Amino acid sequence: MGTITVDGKDYEVDEEGYLVNLNEWVPAMAEIMAKDEDCTLTDAHWEVINFLREYYDEYQIAPAVRVLTKAIGKKLGADKGNSKYLYELFPYGPAKQACKYAGLPKPTGCV
Amino acid sequence: MADFETPEMKEVLSTPKLSRGATEHVSPYVAKPDHQEKLGFPGELVENFEEVAINKMGDLLGKYRGFRVFLDSCVKCGACTDKCHYYLGTTDAKNMPVARQDLLRSVYRRYFTFSGKYFPKLVGARDLTKEVLDEWHTYFHQCSQCRRCSVFCPYGIDTAEISMAAREILDSVGHGQKYCNEIIGKVFKIGNNLGLPEPALADTLEGLEEEIKDDTGVDVKLPLDQEGAEVLLITPSADFFAEPHIDGLIGYAKVFHAAGISWTMSSYASEAANFGMFIGSYENMRRISRRIRKAALDLGVKRIVFGECGHAWRVAYSFLNTLAGPWDFLDPKYPVPQHMLELTHSLIQEGKLNLDKSQNDHIKPTFHDSCNVARASRMGNKPGGQFEIPRAVIKSVCNNYVDMEPGTTHEATFCCGGGGGLLTDDLMEIRVKGALPRMEAYKKVVENNGVTNLVAICAICKAQFTKVMPYYGYGMDSIMSAHQLVSNAIVLPGQGEETAEPVEASEA
Repeated sequence: MGTITVDGKDYEVDEEGYLVNLNEWVPAMAEIMAKDEDCTLTDAHWEVINFLREYYDEYQIAPAVRVLTKAIGKKLGADKGNSKYLYELFPYGPAKQACKYAGLPKPTGCV
Repeated sequence: MADFETPEMKEVLSTPKLSRGATEHVSPYVAKPDHQEKLGFPGELVENFEEVAINKMGDLLGKYRGFRVFLDSCVKCGACTDKCHYYLGTTDAKNMPVARQDLLRSVYRRYFTFSGKYFPKLVGARDLTKEVLDEWHTYFHQCSQCRRCSVFCPYGIDTAEISMAAREILDSVGHGQKYCNEIIGKVFKIGNNLGLPEPALADTLEGLEEEIKDDTGVDVKLPLDQEGAEVLLITPSADFFAEPHIDGLIGYAKVFHAAGISWTMSSYASEAANFGMFIGSYENMRRISRRIRKAALDLGVKRIVFGECGHAWRVAYSFLNTLAGPWDFLDPKYPVPQHMLELTHSLIQEGKLNLDKSQNDHIKPTFHDSCNVARASRMGNKPGGQFEIPRAVIKSVCNNYVDMEPGTTHEATFCCGGGGGLLTDDLMEIRVKGALPRMEAYKKVVENNGVTNLVAICAICKAQFTKVMPYYGYGMDSIMSAHQLVSNAIVLPGQGEETAEPVEASEA
C-alpha cells in the first residue's frame, strides 16, 4: 500500500497505484497519476475519464470495451469510436489505465 | 514501459542455456485478508504455518493418490527439463518442471519419508520455513498448470497437480495469491470474475444486439435470464467485456439465431471460468460450479453449452458431474455439457448454417490449441476431437487455414504464457517471456506462409496475446476468437434482404 499526494493531502492507493477509496477522487489526482506515467491529459482523455465515472456511478463497474467505444464515438466522432483510438490515448489499455486515473478499481478477470 | 527485455525469437523448439535465479524476483501480490477470508482461508500468515502446512500436505496426500505417486516416482531422467515454456522463455533453472516439483518434493521427503526424516541432507530433504513458502509463492506462480511437461514425462508426473497442491497449502496458511482469490470472491458476491452486476450485463448485451442489427440488419437477441429457454450458455465474463472475446460472443449469438435454438445466459452464473481449479481448492471449485446447477434449474433449461474458455472446459468436461451433478434433468440427447464448438460443428455438418467463406478471405489464420482443452478434455466422440473440431469449424468458415509446427500444437501445444492464474499485471515479465515458444512458432508461419492471425478458444489466451503479442512485434488485434471467424462468414436468415427495399429516411 502506498499513497498519492494531491494538494498536500495523502490518499491511500494499492500496490498498483489504484485509489483505495473511490469517494476521495479529485480531478487533480488524475493529472498526477498521468504525469507519473509520462502521459499528458488532453480534453480527449477527460472525455473518457468522465464517461467512466458516470458509467461507474450508474453500474458499479467500468464499461465493457464496446460500450466505451460506442459512447466515445458518439461524443468525439465515429472515427474515434474504436479501441485503436482509445489505445492511442491510453497505451497501457483504456480499461486499466483510464480506470486508474478515474479513481476506479482495476477490472479483474480474463481481460 | 517494461523493466525487462523481451526474449529474442529463435528457431522453433530451440533450448536456451539455463541460468540461476533469472526470474526469482517475479512473485505475484499476496492476497489481502479480505480476499482470503471470503474463500474460507486465514486472512494472513498463521504463526504455526509449518504445522498447518504439513498437516495440509498430509491431508492432500491422503485424498489425492496421484499427488503422492508424482512425488515418489520421479527418477530425474531429465525428459521434462526443456518442455516448460517458462523455462524456455526465462532460462531460470527452477522453471524446469523437475526443479519446480522438487521445491515441494524436498519438503515432502523431510516430513513424510523415512530417509528424509533421518538423513535429510542425503536425499535433498528440507524443513518448511518462511523462505520456502516465499519460494513456493514465486515459482508455483511461474507455472500455468498447462501440463505440457506431463506429456513428455515417462511416468506421467503432472506438475500441475503439484502446483495446485502447493497453492492450496499456501492458501491454508494464509499466504494466497491476490489475483485468483480476489476474483473468486467476486464470483461468490456478484456471479463473475469481472464483478459485472446484472444491470451492467443487461446494458452491455443490449448494446451488442444494436451492434449486430447495425451490421447485418437482423434482430439477433442475446437473452439474459430467460426462463424456459432450451440452452443455457455459460461463457467467460471476458466475453462480455473485452476484445476479441466479444466478437466470439457475437458469433455464438448468430449461430443460435441462425439455427433457431432458444437460448439464454444467466446473470447468477455469468461466468464459465473457475479459478477454484487454479488454486487447487476443491471446495471453491465446487461452490463456483454449483452456481451453474442452480441457474440451470431456476431457468428450466434442457441443455448447457460452454463458450470459449480453456480451463472452464476442463472443469466442465472432466469434473462437472462430480462437482454439481447429477444432470438428470437435462436432455440426454445432447452431451452434458456441450462445447460451443461442438454445437457449431454439428450444425455445419447438418447443413443448418449458411456460410460465406469468402468473408474471411482477408484472413490467413492459424490455431493455438489451448492447454486445458488440448491436454485435459475432449470434444466430440472420438479421441483427438478437441484438436479436429476447432480446426474443422475454422476451415468451414475460412479458405486459408495454416497449422503451426508439429511439436507446438495438439497435445504438445505451448501455453499462451498467461494461464493458470498468471494473467495479472504483476506477472507481466513472466507472461511475456512465457509466450516465447508460441511466438517463435507463430513467427515461422507468418514468415513462411503469410499467416495474419492467431485464433484461440480461451478467454485467458485471448487476453494474454492481446497484451504480449505487441512485445514481439505483432499487433494486438492479431489474436481472434474462433467464433469471430464464424461470425464473419455466417449469413443470417433474412440478412441482405432489406437492401432490396428503399431505406426510409429517419425523421430525426
